Amino acid sequence: MSQLATETRAENVSGEEQPLLQVRDLEVGFETQRGVVSAVRGVDLTLYAGQTLAIVGESGSGKTTTAQSIIDLLPRNGKVTAGQILFEGRDLTTLPPAAIEDVRGRLIGYVPQDPMSNLNPVWSIGFQVEEAIKANNVAQGKEARLRTIQVLKDAGLSDAADRLKQYPHQFSGGMRQRVLIGIGLSAKPKLLIADEPTSALDVTVQRQILDHLATLTRDYGTSVLFITHDLGLAAERAEQLVVMYKGKVVESGPSQEILANPQHPYTQRLVSAAPSLASRRIQSAKHADADDPQIYAGGSTDDTLIARAAEREQAAPAKALISVENVTKMYKIRQQGFRSEKLLAVNDVSFGVQKGTTTALVGESGSGKSTVAKLILQLESITSGRIEFDGQNVAGLKGAELLKFRRRVQPVFQDPYGTLDPQYNVGNTIAEPLLAHKVGTKKERQARVLELLDQVSMPSATRFRYPGELSGGQRQRIAVARALALKPDVLVLDEAVSALDVLVQGQVLNLLTELQTELDLTYLFITHDLAVVRLIADNVCVMQRGRIVEAASTDEVFDNPKEQYTQELLAAIPGGDFEFGR
Amino acid sequence: MPNNNSRRQDHFVAALEDTPIAPIDKLDESQKARSTWADAWDAMRRRPMFWIASSLILLIIVVVLFPTLFTQVSPTVCHLADSNGSPTGGHPLGFTRQGCDVFSRVIHGAQASVTVGVVTMVLVTLFGGTIGALAGYYGGWLDAIVSRVGDIFFALPLVLGAIVLMQVLPARTAVSVALVLALFAWPQIARIMRGAVLSARNTDYVTASIALGVSKFKVLVRHVIPNSIAPVIVIATVSLGVYIVAEATLSFLGLGLPTNVMSWGNDISQARTSIKTSPQVLLYPSAALSITVLAFLMMGDVVRDALDPESRARR
Repeated sequence: MSQLATETRAENVSGEEQPLLQVRDLEVGFETQRGVVSAVRGVDLTLYAGQTLAIVGESGSGKTTTAQSIIDLLPRNGKVTAGQILFEGRDLTTLPPAAIEDVRGRLIGYVPQDPMSNLNPVWSIGFQVEEAIKANNVAQGKEARLRTIQVLKDAGLSDAADRLKQYPHQFSGGMRQRVLIGIGLSAKPKLLIADEPTSALDVTVQRQILDHLATLTRDYGTSVLFITHDLGLAAERAEQLVVMYKGKVVESGPSQEILANPQHPYTQRLVSAAPSLASRRIQSAKHADADDPQIYAGGSTDDTLIARAAEREQAAPAKALISVENVTKMYKIRQQGFRSEKLLAVNDVSFGVQKGTTTALVGESGSGKSTVAKLILQLESITSGRIEFDGQNVAGLKGAELLKFRRRVQPVFQDPYGTLDPQYNVGNTIAEPLLAHKVGTKKERQARVLELLDQVSMPSATRFRYPGELSGGQRQRIAVARALALKPDVLVLDEAVSALDVLVQGQVLNLLTELQTELDLTYLFITHDLAVVRLIADNVCVMQRGRIVEAASTDEVFDNPKEQYTQELLAAIPGGDFEFGR
Repeated sequence: MPNNNSRRQDHFVAALEDTPIAPIDKLDESQKARSTWADAWDAMRRRPMFWIASSLILLIIVVVLFPTLFTQVSPTVCHLADSNGSPTGGHPLGFTRQGCDVFSRVIHGAQASVTVGVVTMVLVTLFGGTIGALAGYYGGWLDAIVSRVGDIFFALPLVLGAIVLMQVLPARTAVSVALVLALFAWPQIARIMRGAVLSARNTDYVTASIALGVSKFKVLVRHVIPNSIAPVIVIATVSLGVYIVAEATLSFLGLGLPTNVMSWGNDISQARTSIKTSPQVLLYPSAALSITVLAFLMMGDVVRDALDPESRARR
């Protein structure tokens, strides 16, 4: 640990150039029913003109709160309790509201996280951009309209003039994010705060937008403060990095230096858990050292553990457990009147999943990957084709046969907040499939619940808790336990780790790998995140617009992608080539 | 050009003692396990309005069940000599035009009014709730029919419809009045239940349960309804007051309970004739009615705040 770092920092302040933004010992508290909860506890950060700084950290680390306090956008119950925010030498925390309003938008722009909810659906795009331009006194009257068009053009909407009268729902997520970036940069501010600006978007769109943002801010000389959970993005886009944990800065400095050589144990943990293209598949530790606590401490996953691949290859049976042949799914979408339009969600898809292996279906939103999962789970009926499970055609199964199938193929869904019934405690949730299939007596079911909780590394007392009290990762582990209750052969994991923080994600992926070895499970893993695929999958099918464009073993797809689309996907992963220090 | 040396930032590492790291995603066992209902109870308990409303409701219930605890005077033994008499000993609120004891009549009248209100509420919640849940959950033609039939009833004002129907009804009792009110009031609850079920039906936990092999109907009973019931409880509590008022309105118009049954509505109706000479006779049953309705409205308000998912989110 370098203890002298704090002292040397003080000298920099007295240097020749004044930083654009300097946050000193910032403390922010939230007033709750249980008293004041401090969310930010003594944060320091410095940003010079034209620089890009990224704040990384998991959810709840205080990174968004820090950004919000800079432009006085804290939720009503939040308050800066100590410290200074110096912007061009002025302390923003002491400015009256009117003066802050002048700074906000004009000098400091803001790009919010969710493009879906941050544009008002009842006003046209043109109106909303113009509103920002007028509010910041960039231009008035007719000139404001011209400026609006210019701003949108700069943000990458080439046909901006024709689109002014359109409404947010007529724009895709990527286009909306461009509009929000346009609004944020409309006054050519000196600082732009971008709070997870692209985390809701597909990787290829993300790349375009980040490239564009970089060009714009370079042209305007704007400094950028990124809030992100994506270390790859930070490595690729930011010169400076601030790592936050529980409201404190644990490490800060030049981003590549930190990520290549993390010093603080937390940063080390974070870096080693970050999935990247350089990662390798997580191997089960059961073969080596079953009780190694490191596995659940996260990190150090892919290089310390013993390879199992050769063993797996030997054991692989010839016949696929699940085989999908020429499956097509057509949806009818009702249009105005009695007309309906056909949508080909899944188009002539074929692939097989071997027993005991993990096959990943990768694709961007709208590629049909989740529909394939629903078809296999028999939650939707196929339009044509054939799905076989263990040699049996499962399309259109009914009654007892369907129940038998359900017992063997279980789903785990994406949203950890929606997947568990909030009115049911964990014990009842896990016992539900046992009850539905009338397995065992009440006592036996209880014993099984305890066993399952143990398998997903949750304390047995968890069974009395309600989902509202658990974190996202914990809920997802409960969802896995529920899926395992009936001792199924296959788990269909639909974006099961996508909503989780990197460390928690790593932990769940480790757990899944452990369980696969222990219980000889077969996984169908649906995800948009190629880096995660590298960690968990043996085989990959890349989907685009309802079709499988490339299917091969994971190593082949990553080392030697054949299709252009796959190459584009791989190239779009932020920081994909960056060598993280592990 | 800015001086590059001055803007170079050093690699800062916080001391581990200042930023101790916790195990990843460990369950916080410091607090007791709580269900959403326990949370709602917690939120309600802290509001003075909850205690005011619930003590009022408790008082009303006691009055309904044991009126003789409050008065020994018979409400039906009346002496015309006392007509519109002022309060005297043993008769704290004076006498009606017929010479009956006002206090006794207010106490005994509670029974009919509250019975109509509660029976109507139970009928409406059970019938409207079930219909709404089935329509929302199964959709299709059932939903189409239920929604349109509901719309038709919705278009008829509660009291107007009841007036027409009460005229042709052979027997007018508390239960028949409640039935008539329920007939016109169920679409409101059905609509709310349907809406709540529609949103609960599309959640992941419902899909998960179906994929786990739970039957569709069991999913409705076990997962969908418990997660849709909160708004129904709120509306039912608030509507109880509305139904009591509706009964009073009908009785006032001479179409509710028969005049020989003691109810606040009947008493208000009868007091109307002597409003100029002795307004207090009108005042007391009206006040009792208002307080009862207010108590349930307040309770509904508190329950809504407690069950509102926005305010319920714990951080």
